[in-house]
Amino acid sequence: MAPTPSGAPVDRFPASVSKPAFPWLLTGAFLLTLWASLRLAEVDPGKLLDPDALGNVARFARESVPPDLTPHFLGLMLRPLVETVQISVMGTVIAVLIGLPLGLLATSSLTWSGILHERQTRWGRVLLGLMPYAVSRAVLSAFRSIPEYVWAFMFVRAVGLGPFPGVLAIGVAYGGILGKVYSEILENVDPRPLEALHAQGASKAGIVLYGVLPQTVPLFVSYTLYRWECAIRASAILGFVGAGGLGQQVELSMRMFQFNEVLTLLMLLFALVAAVDFVSARLRGRIARP
Amino acid sequence: MTAGPAKTAPRPRAGAGTWAALAGLAALVVWSYQGVDVRLGELLGPEGLGQIAAYVARLFPPDLSAPALRSAAEGAVETFAISFVGSVLAVVIALPLAVLTTRTLLYRGILYEGQALSGRGRLARVAIYAAARALLNVLRTIPEVLWALIFVFMVGLGPFPGVLALAVHTGGVLGKLFGEVLEEVEPRPVEALMSTGASRLRILLYGVLPQAAPQFIAYALYRWEVNIRAAAVMGFVGAGGLGQRIHIAISLFLENQLLTLILTIYLMVTLVDWLSGHLRRRLV
Amino acid sequence: MYELHELSKVFDGGTVAVDGVSLTVGRAEQAAVIGPSGAGKTTLFRLLNLTLRPTAGRLLLDGVDTARLGEEALRRQRGRIGTIYQHHNLVGRLRVVHNVLAGNLGRWSTPRAFWSLARPRDTGQAEQALAQVGIPEKLYARTDELSGGQQQRVAVARVLVQDPDVILADEPVSSVDPSLAVTIVTLLRDLAHESRKTLLVNLHSVDLALAYFPRIIGVREGRVAFDLSPDKITEELLRGLYAGHRDEERQLEPFSHGSNPFGRACRPLPGFGQ
Repeated sequence: MAPTPSGAPVDRFPASVSKPAFPWLLTGAFLLTLWASLRLAEVDPGKLLDPDALGNVARFARESVPPDLTPHFLGLMLRPLVETVQISVMGTVIAVLIGLPLGLLATSSLTWSGILHERQTRWGRVLLGLMPYAVSRAVLSAFRSIPEYVWAFMFVRAVGLGPFPGVLAIGVAYGGILGKVYSEILENVDPRPLEALHAQGASKAGIVLYGVLPQTVPLFVSYTLYRWECAIRASAILGFVGAGGLGQQVELSMRMFQFNEVLTLLMLLFALVAAVDFVSARLRGRIARP
Repeated sequence: MTAGPAKTAPRPRAGAGTWAALAGLAALVVWSYQGVDVRLGELLGPEGLGQIAAYVARLFPPDLSAPALRSAAEGAVETFAISFVGSVLAVVIALPLAVLTTRTLLYRGILYEGQALSGRGRLARVAIYAAARALLNVLRTIPEVLWALIFVFMVGLGPFPGVLALAVHTGGVLGKLFGEVLEEVEPRPVEALMSTGASRLRILLYGVLPQAAPQFIAYALYRWEVNIRAAAVMGFVGAGGLGQRIHIAISLFLENQLLTLILTIYLMVTLVDWLSGHLRRRLV
Repeated sequence: MYELHELSKVFDGGTVAVDGVSLTVGRAEQAAVIGPSGAGKTTLFRLLNLTLRPTAGRLLLDGVDTARLGEEALRRQRGRIGTIYQHHNLVGRLRVVHNVLAGNLGRWSTPRAFWSLARPRDTGQAEQALAQVGIPEKLYARTDELSGGQQQRVAVARVLVQDPDVILADEPVSSVDPSLAVTIVTLLRDLAHESRKTLLVNLHSVDLALAYFPRIIGVREGRVAFDLSPDKITEELLRGLYAGHRDEERQLEPFSHGSNPFGRACRPLPGFGQ
């Protein structure tokens, strides 16, 4: 076992082991919130068994089979499919471009705390380290707290319709998420090799190249690939609100009650997500054992 | 140390596979770039920035009048309720599905070595396993918003379809995550319980679930954070909450109200994130 | 080599880690530092390798007051000091060759360091260093696939490549098998002797210290309790040093019989009179 930081021996047998109390307060709060929420959300299981509802489901089931697999329709859907993939890729790329610098700044061990800054003056740390750190954390938090659909709407207002606002929306929202995850990965880096490199006189760049990057880059890539899986789903749906891709087609088909088209689109969506999941998982597997 | 003459290991070459993957990714990015009409130059140029700045200026100041605030508060509470109930129901759906998709609980592994199943019994279980897996995949691949649309279609507008959509989709996601946890459960306590002659169900309750519970709670709380954002959004398709009000504000060009609602979402999300993190630290 | 004058380090919370230490260590000298955990030995070492700034007192390295040095000059001085840590402080995912060649980082320019990661340069240098520590065949292995003792040797190889004037080893064998500990301590001692480098080793094990080093510095509560050659160290002195630290006092039991069980292993190095 590693010695505790102060080096003092740890007391292995605490004085008393009391029986843990049943978490009454927590359970009570939980049940109360549940009851209130059930009321507020107008949860009514009866509605599911309503003849109208079931009738709608039956109608969907009847009219959607067989799915529309005509070459004409499939050919028409090729472009939106391609667009969905492209939106997801570019969105992820922009997310990395936003998330990486902000994530680096939002890491306390790189900006103001820890062994790398031991010899810096207090004011140096506050101005050059603490402030950029706080600002980037706030920005990242704002980016990822606002759902991508809201971003999409705002970007549509700002730059017009089409796939571009979708790309920007995913880029910004996921940039916030990636930035936070990157900074967490960096915070959890093993500081001991860094200390060794610092002690032997390596420059900051040397410490980053030989100490930080080898530990963090594989994790960065792995998580970014995972985010791409999420991005493909998001871009499929952003189309729903007018940003191109498969989502827009689903909306159109539903409005025209062409359920067999809807089924085809769902199947295409399924296949697309499965393909991306597969590719992403394979790539992540390779990174784990280089 | 190795006996015999010490030989330096040969220098490893980066595999052809790695280069191919990198090249493939690069091609993918380039292809996507030209396909999506990314007008970054235009966006970041003086005209583009001017447009964005003009739009942002229209958002301020946020509408803090009493009706606007009340509407935002109602939306926030409704969204919270949707995400909460949806997450709880998701766990209820996920637990049985997770058990049914864990092969080591269903028909393989040490639980079944002593008393093997009959040929037909085993076949039935494999079928159940396959069906459960398929169901999980359907549940989690179809995005929540699409589920919301389906449920709106079935039961009409309001917050209820949102709840169902979250429950069903998150149930699929959690089902898969829970299943992974169950697969990696420590076999030794299970073995010990087997030797006491406990039935499989009791072993599940006493040996497997207690080990898995902390991780289950962690995942559920994490998904709650995701769901509060999703709940806010499903209003776009008529499923109540802040999303519905945002949709209205955007359609009617009420930008000041929009800002109020965005700030409300931000506060809600931050609150739930904090609660979730706090509970995770306390319970896990 | 080193001159410490009333050196002190007080941390932000008020903890006094090092309290008025005055020491002189000459070139090519070898010394072991012993004392209970929490006595401030590690802090002292971090002051000596210039990663911590003292709050009071002066530290002179070859006559130069280190407090006056700017950032660049400080970095260059650090390049002259090689440190070995208890947990070797290597990057597990990198191959051994990169970890060893990292010893050059004080000298290499950034672009050169970057290219070396892609295609290692000067592998001959790394091979030679690894041969000196006994594991030349591990040149291209992944560092985290080696055993603890082997990884510690890689850390020593890195210091060899750095080629400093001073080697500081902070509890280099506390995480290693006792049988391996003797090997590593003698390795350090012989390497330092061959290349006439100053060697300061922080040791948890009193037996090892007394057996292999001609000068023992006892540190307690941030101060130097004694600074003697092993033959002048009595059981009383040791008890006084470790008083109040039960676990560590237990290792002093063999000495209560009035003998040093490692007495026979005490091989004086040529040049150091007994």
